[in-house]
Amino acid sequence: MKRFLGFVRKEFLHIFRDPLTMIIIFGIPAVQILLFGFVVSTDLKETKVAFLDLSKDEITRTLSGKICSSGFFELGADLTGYHEAEHVLRKNKIKAVIVFEKDFGRRLISDGTASVHIIADGSEPNMATLITSHISAIIADYNRELAGAGLQQVLLVQPEVRMFYNPTLKGQFMFVPGVITLIMLLICALMTSITITREKEFGTMEVLLVSPLRPAQIILGKVLPYFILSFVDVILILLLSWFVFELPVKGSLALLLAELMLYILMSLSLGILISTVAKNMQQAIFISLVGMMLPTVLLSGFIIPVESMPMPYQWVSKILPPAYFITIIKNIMIKGTGFLYVWKETLFLLVFTLAAIGLSIRNFKIRLQ
Amino acid sequence: MKVILYLIRKEFLQIFRDRFLGKAIFAVPVVQMLLLVPAVTFEIRHVNLCVIDRDMTPASRELTGQLEGSSFFRITRKTFSEEEARTMMHRNRCDLILQIPEGFGRNIARGIPVPVQVGVNAINASNAQLSWGYLNGVIQTYNLNRLKKGAGMPAGVQLQQVSLSNRYWYNEMLNYRHYMMPGVLGILVLAIGFILAGLNLVKEKESGTIEQINVTPVKKYQFILGKMTPFLLIGLVDLAIGLTIGIFTFGVPFQGSILLLFLSSAVFLVGVLGLALFMSTFARTQQQFMFTGFFFIIVFVLMSGIFTPLESMPLWAQKIDLVNPMAYIMRINRMIMLKGSGFHDLRNDLLALVLIATAFTTLAVWRYRKTA
Amino acid sequence: MTSREPVITVQNLVKRFGSFVANDNLNFEVYAGEIFGFLGANGAGKTTALRILSGLSAPTSGKVMVAGVDAGRNPERIKRNIGYMCQRFSLYEDLTVTENITLYGGIYGMKRNEIRGKTAALLERLQFGAYGNTLISALPLGLRQKLAFAVAVLHQPKIVFLDEPTGGVDPITRRQFWEMIYETAAGGITVFVTTHYMDEAEYCDRVSIMSEGKIVALDTPAALKKQYGVSSVEEVFVKIARPGQQLIP
Repeated sequence: MKRFLGFVRKEFLHIFRDPLTMIIIFGIPAVQILLFGFVVSTDLKETKVAFLDLSKDEITRTLSGKICSSGFFELGADLTGYHEAEHVLRKNKIKAVIVFEKDFGRRLISDGTASVHIIADGSEPNMATLITSHISAIIADYNRELAGAGLQQVLLVQPEVRMFYNPTLKGQFMFVPGVITLIMLLICALMTSITITREKEFGTMEVLLVSPLRPAQIILGKVLPYFILSFVDVILILLLSWFVFELPVKGSLALLLAELMLYILMSLSLGILISTVAKNMQQAIFISLVGMMLPTVLLSGFIIPVESMPMPYQWVSKILPPAYFITIIKNIMIKGTGFLYVWKETLFLLVFTLAAIGLSIRNFKIRLQ
Repeated sequence: MKVILYLIRKEFLQIFRDRFLGKAIFAVPVVQMLLLVPAVTFEIRHVNLCVIDRDMTPASRELTGQLEGSSFFRITRKTFSEEEARTMMHRNRCDLILQIPEGFGRNIARGIPVPVQVGVNAINASNAQLSWGYLNGVIQTYNLNRLKKGAGMPAGVQLQQVSLSNRYWYNEMLNYRHYMMPGVLGILVLAIGFILAGLNLVKEKESGTIEQINVTPVKKYQFILGKMTPFLLIGLVDLAIGLTIGIFTFGVPFQGSILLLFLSSAVFLVGVLGLALFMSTFARTQQQFMFTGFFFIIVFVLMSGIFTPLESMPLWAQKIDLVNPMAYIMRINRMIMLKGSGFHDLRNDLLALVLIATAFTTLAVWRYRKTA
Repeated sequence: MTSREPVITVQNLVKRFGSFVANDNLNFEVYAGEIFGFLGANGAGKTTALRILSGLSAPTSGKVMVAGVDAGRNPERIKRNIGYMCQRFSLYEDLTVTENITLYGGIYGMKRNEIRGKTAALLERLQFGAYGNTLISALPLGLRQKLAFAVAVLHQPKIVFLDEPTGGVDPITRRQFWEMIYETAAGGITVFVTTHYMDEAEYCDRVSIMSEGKIVALDTPAALKKQYGVSSVEEVFVKIARPGQQLIP
């Protein structure tokens, strides 16, 4: 036991003495949380639009004024003809052209209707959808105004909306669970697989194997520091998101921490499994990145909604442990639900962990023979 | 010049002799295109809706019928229990709950406004806003239809309405594959160039072979160019493979000049390789390089505007993006492929890329020390 | 065979890493065409000095002239005139013997024909004929070391630096290796070799012994043995490197 502790201490020192590793372990999560929290956002903010006002009357001026003062849009250019639309859109400085038809005001008063046409830059579909939906909301507002106070009473069905789980509609609620999931996988699986493969590649593993430490102790000693570090990391991320984004843990903290430990354990066993398969560090890196990180980023649903993907992708997502883990933390942290709501996911993680450990032991034995 | 050719020859020999790398170079573009392009779509196909109709009159059925009729909503459950609806939302079985109160039909017929409750799963804030917007739209249409039928229309109110139509240029159907492909080409070139070049130099440091090179009279710039050229060529070949797959598999149109696309990607690659080599002079092990490299790639990609528009970022982040080569190539690729933009439209972005490429390469040459 | 014309002149060379003094005021000369042995225990500062002489590292102070070039000011110009064989094997293991030779020939600006001719001659001389297209990783250690030496003198440098070239090599290969060194020196190339095999020191024209960053002895093996009244350089080394004893004779 004493020997084992000494070995763990040595492994710890290895990690702590390496400033780069420390930056990776503590810097990456912090930067990612801040990136996702502040930078990655889909809100429209003073998006530049151009107007092609073929009428130039009081109503079109009011409408364009409303669009520009909404905070979502900013006047980028005033066009004089259709041919200019092509030009400004191609330059990418303008995201949409808003066209008021000829005799807009006169038509509205005499015919009771006049039309606005939006030409949006479809090369960025998200943006294009947002632009049209925001402009149609502004126009709907204006229509209600036009109809006057009398109409307010006849709009009989009045929806009252309640945003569950995230009343202030913060984007971070979506990303924090994803970042936790990704970082744990990065530190536990990728780092450990590389550390162990490194020992293999440089032949230091053999030195350890002939030492009185048992193989299981060696692996445990390699893995234990990462277990502790990633746990500290999770706490750091939780604190960061609590203080910076006011994202609380709604459910039971004990349950959350227990699930986190299970997930860390699973990532570590995945890392060990990879190291038993990989012949050198480059292969370990490749397997981890392509086989693990990429599917996680893509298919666990934290950036891109899985429901809209083609079926085969959804099937893959169904066997991806991180996807299950994201559901677990979302449920506990944000929805505040108890174990009853996550037991299936937990069971899946547990089975996966045991399978990974079993496979690693088998691979390890084959190699020793 | 001859010296550089010898160095390039050596790199190619090593790359293709490595069984793993030699295959990976051709496999990565195929996998990336087939995996990433179809996966990324933010289109909301349908929103699962749970309806609590406590009224059960023709009026309330008309409203739910209109919701059912829209392709956007899918009513997954009708129930009378609020608790059941909440549980369904907990379990992710529905994203919206619409609650129609008792007396809905009666009150509407009398012209008394009726509140209906809408619950939205808002964990994904942008989806929540969108689906709530759609639902609100359906309800307002319901209201207007009743008005037009003349029910409860006060005398003397003439209805004036501005109508709205729209068209999406360059990507009529808002096909996300068209949107993603140019971006994925950028990621492909970035990842291949950055990781291969960086790991290559660190590997020479780790195995000590760089020592033998350092005692030769090879010039610093010769060494760096000898490292860059092979990966530049590999990156461009991968770009060609990716582009072919993209166009033939996903039917993404190509409006602009292929030559311009390759030219700008080449400039971009020089910048990426320069940065990778610069960073690899700091790393002692391949492991260290991978982690810092991975970190940079994530930051570059997330801030490039591939998933979310650049214009939505805070100003300070947009300033940082001035030195993010990925932000430029993302825009350039999209503009060339989808909009057919020409050199004239892109010259500022291209100029910026040239500056970045020059700066990073200079840094790499400067930081590479033949003397410890 | 040695003239008295110095190709390396070192005056008051000091190299510090932080507070650690790796080379403490070294002064010596190496004459053209001689085999100069650089002896010392591990960590005595041999490799540090060697790296400075070959332009891989800058001196903290002092004057170092190698083949008429100031090593402190102009390390790159030195590199044209020297060959260097690292302590750690550093040819490309994933290239073949011929490919390695071609690469270094090319880097030193040799013509294609010249490289081809040299390669053939070299393979012949080393009795390497069968190994031309073998990957280095498949070569036994002894052959690797010989090849590394051959590559280091491929471009006919004025001086070649060998950093513990025979570490871990079997006695027969060591013997052959020293024959190569003699041939090289006979061809007019000055050989500067570090070693901690004391029997090898006997083969050198002159040896210097380093201890704790200082040169504590420098002369021909015969003169040293005579001075200390012993029969081998090894005994000389043990005598002056014995702890607790004043080193400077």
